[in-house]
Amino acid sequence: MENPYLPFPVKIDSVITETEDRNLKTFKLVFLNSADGEKFVHQAGQFAELSIAGKGEIPIGIASSPTEHGHLLFTVNRVGVVTRALHQMTAGDVIGVRGPLGNWYPWEQMEGSNVVVIGGGFAFTTLRASIVYLLHPENRSRFGDITVIYGARSPGMLLYRDELVEWNERDDIQMHITVDATDDPNWKFDVGFVPTVTQEKAPSAKDSYAVVCGPPIMIKFTLPILKELGFPDERIIMSLEMRMKCGIGMCGRCNIGSEYVCKDGPVFSLAQLSGLPGEY
Amino acid sequence: MESLKEKMMHTALLLLTQKKVDVVLGFQRGTIPMMSQPILISHPEKVDQLHWDSFCSINLANYLPQRKDKIAIFAKGCDSRNIVLQIQENQIKREQLHIIGVPCQGMLDRRKVQAELNDRLLLGVRETSEHFHLLGEGFMDSLERSGYLQDNCAICSHRNAVIYDEALAEPVLEQEGVERYEDVKAIEAMTAHQRWSYFEKLLAPCIRCYACRNACPMCYCPVCFVDESTPQWLGKSIDPTDTMTFHFLRAYHLAGRCTDCGNCEQVCPMSIKMRQLTKKLEKDIIELYDYEAGLSLNQRPPLDTYRPDDPQDFIR
Amino acid sequence: MVDRVIKKTELADFVARLVEKYRVYAPVREQQTTNFREISTADQVDLSGANTTLSPKSLILPQSETMFEFSLDRTSEKAGILYEIELDPLPRLIFGIRPCDAKAFELLDLNFSTPSHQDPWWARRRQITTLVGLGCNTPCPTCFCTSVGCGPFATEGLDVLLIDLDKEFAIQGITEKGQRLLDDMDIKAEASATKKEAVSAQQSSSLQSIKSVVPTEGLQDHEVNALFNAEFWDKVQFACINCGVCTFVCPTCWCFDIQDEVLKNNGLRLRNWDSCMFPLFTLHGSGHNPRGQKLQRVRQRFMHKLKYFPDKYHNGVACVGCGRCVQQCPVNIDIRQVFLLMNNFKI
Repeated sequence: MENPYLPFPVKIDSVITETEDRNLKTFKLVFLNSADGEKFVHQAGQFAELSIAGKGEIPIGIASSPTEHGHLLFTVNRVGVVTRALHQMTAGDVIGVRGPLGNWYPWEQMEGSNVVVIGGGFAFTTLRASIVYLLHPENRSRFGDITVIYGARSPGMLLYRDELVEWNERDDIQMHITVDATDDPNWKFDVGFVPTVTQEKAPSAKDSYAVVCGPPIMIKFTLPILKELGFPDERIIMSLEMRMKCGIGMCGRCNIGSEYVCKDGPVFSLAQLSGLPGEY
Repeated sequence: MESLKEKMMHTALLLLTQKKVDVVLGFQRGTIPMMSQPILISHPEKVDQLHWDSFCSINLANYLPQRKDKIAIFAKGCDSRNIVLQIQENQIKREQLHIIGVPCQGMLDRRKVQAELNDRLLLGVRETSEHFHLLGEGFMDSLERSGYLQDNCAICSHRNAVIYDEALAEPVLEQEGVERYEDVKAIEAMTAHQRWSYFEKLLAPCIRCYACRNACPMCYCPVCFVDESTPQWLGKSIDPTDTMTFHFLRAYHLAGRCTDCGNCEQVCPMSIKMRQLTKKLEKDIIELYDYEAGLSLNQRPPLDTYRPDDPQDFIR
Repeated sequence: MVDRVIKKTELADFVARLVEKYRVYAPVREQQTTNFREISTADQVDLSGANTTLSPKSLILPQSETMFEFSLDRTSEKAGILYEIELDPLPRLIFGIRPCDAKAFELLDLNFSTPSHQDPWWARRRQITTLVGLGCNTPCPTCFCTSVGCGPFATEGLDVLLIDLDKEFAIQGITEKGQRLLDDMDIKAEASATKKEAVSAQQSSSLQSIKSVVPTEGLQDHEVNALFNAEFWDKVQFACINCGVCTFVCPTCWCFDIQDEVLKNNGLRLRNWDSCMFPLFTLHGSGHNPRGQKLQRVRQRFMHKLKYFPDKYHNGVACVGCGRCVQQCPVNIDIRQVFLLMNNFKI
């Protein structure tokens, strides 16, 4: 059996600075051994451990869709020792990737339904993977209407801005892009917090799933609105963050009750979560 | 001892019914012999849970930092000295405290008693003033207290509270002419090489559970240096260098702050005698500054004061 | 079944033969503590005490384990890539392990050998380690193994069980691995060696001497959130000083941390024991901490052992009743009382 703690070596192919505060960068990674890349088969919603020798590992949602081949994308916020080191690295540097880890958004279950994607801030990474996945010609027809509500503090803090514009121009996806505030006179999208925008746009709950990922404060105020709109707890899907180390349910730190976020999650329905202690 | 316990209940009852305090911090009887548990009592009807014997060694000052309520606390000599330090270090306010001085004859060391038992099953301990009696199935051993005191209690020179609002009983006689630094002097007499091997051996059993740190009433930093990650001062494995760094730095951090309450040694699962390190610094502080920690609210700890006329002749 | 015997006078010779074939670990007295250490002769072994100070878990899950090595030398092609290190392949034998500690390994298998992943170091050490247990003639007053699916002569997890009959050990080969060991060591099975009466007399006297009993039957019926929100946690947690003693001495606490250490250009990825008692255990990079309060950490430890683990694996509580935490907790937080509180909890 393979050693589940051993990262695959990957090379940084390119680095994009995503946000105006320069705290978020997207790393495009390419496997050093193509055989490793073939083994790495993921689903939108999963995460991986990025490993920097000498610094440690950090769990990061996979921002590339399984339909994008030949590389992986990770958008990394600079917060701690590992992410600080990663932000110093450039194209050509070698790091490690361990995964894919955890479960994913329940695509099979959602098939045939409408999907409302709600994201905030830098938690948009696996949601990007999800949108790219949903829009792929092979998948688009398997789902109903796709609505996206995505907010950030300011225009400069939105991730994947080129793609947002591109998606906004399509007619097979309904985009609601919003910022908390802006003094940009040319801003042509929404202004307001994600919960408020969700309430205003009122996506229909009929035959729909809501996929929610964002900071705790956004989640706290969005959930009641989704309930008001008629989304049942079983169809509100969330992805959680926790301090993690092993990523395979062994090291014991990321539990919520009897569930390990790294292995049994990170994706849970609100119905599942309400049966667990609220310790996250 | 029984009478001290009754006095505690009585005092606590008065304080709580007269609403002079919100809570009383004391001990309750342990679930096994030679053990006790710190307890917080807030209802007058619960005061009969209070307990006192010679196994109430945990320093109750440990439970004070950052509390917001008005607290009555039973304080042995060492506890009271730590309270003084915590007040000086702004961990608790004097006016929040109602300190009840408890004269202390020294605490018994459960490990020393355990060794005496030779795996016989102990059911209980009864105490008289000079002796204590081990009761078990088919045996009763009577032992002299003085032979089984905690190491720090045997050389204690402040058995009565140094600061209090009321005293539970008449003060006990302080021990005269104790040689506090016999072990430290022995280490000082070693060559550097001998000393290093001595420390290596002393600290080798450490499993880095940090019980010594957590049981210390003076260890309350929001983030301990061993837990810092930027920069990371210390490795997390059990590399002897890291382990020794932890113990040495911990001791230095307690220079002029340690009251030798002995909690660190009492809680160590590996029975490491780490007081030798803190005592060396205690001795240095006395010699350099003529200061003993926590004796008076009016005297600032020497390492947190600054005087422009300080000769600073130790820097050369 | 018990069908072999070895005289105590032959023990030294037996150990000597074991040492030739295995790395042998046994309880060794070290001043005020007793712990499992590698031994080379029988006279180092101290079987007189009850439970060792630390459990033998470090023999399978070392407090610090090197997982991988790497180079940071940028002139090397291998820079930044992690490589596996070969594990010491010598077979190991734990001599004088108590039944509770052996059962603990079985419980930890549920965590480390799962259908989706196997922890390679755990699995490998389990595979190369033989457990020669020693039944408990004089259980401690804090032992409550019989309440949690174990017992002073329980065989779960053991390969061989020794039963001390004063002048000799009656021997029970339990697994095939254990039988093979006994055959290899030339300790022959004989019909006359069953020692039925002496063994059962010892077993019943041991059982009788275990006075400590905890209830467990109600744990699984409680709704997890009701227990989680119970008021008693506030009382349970007050005295806790947040040291990690309970978790470090516990045979069923396995949580670990992963850390890199570097000296010049050479680095190691290590895993070290960690503890749910430490706030750092769950601290997010953002500063948020789901278990920042002492109450949350104390509750986690007990809920994990007595509720989450049984709910997840349906294999009983993650406690073998060794009583180490009861003896070693400096502020006398007694898990037996927490069993009572949790089991008998009523909303």
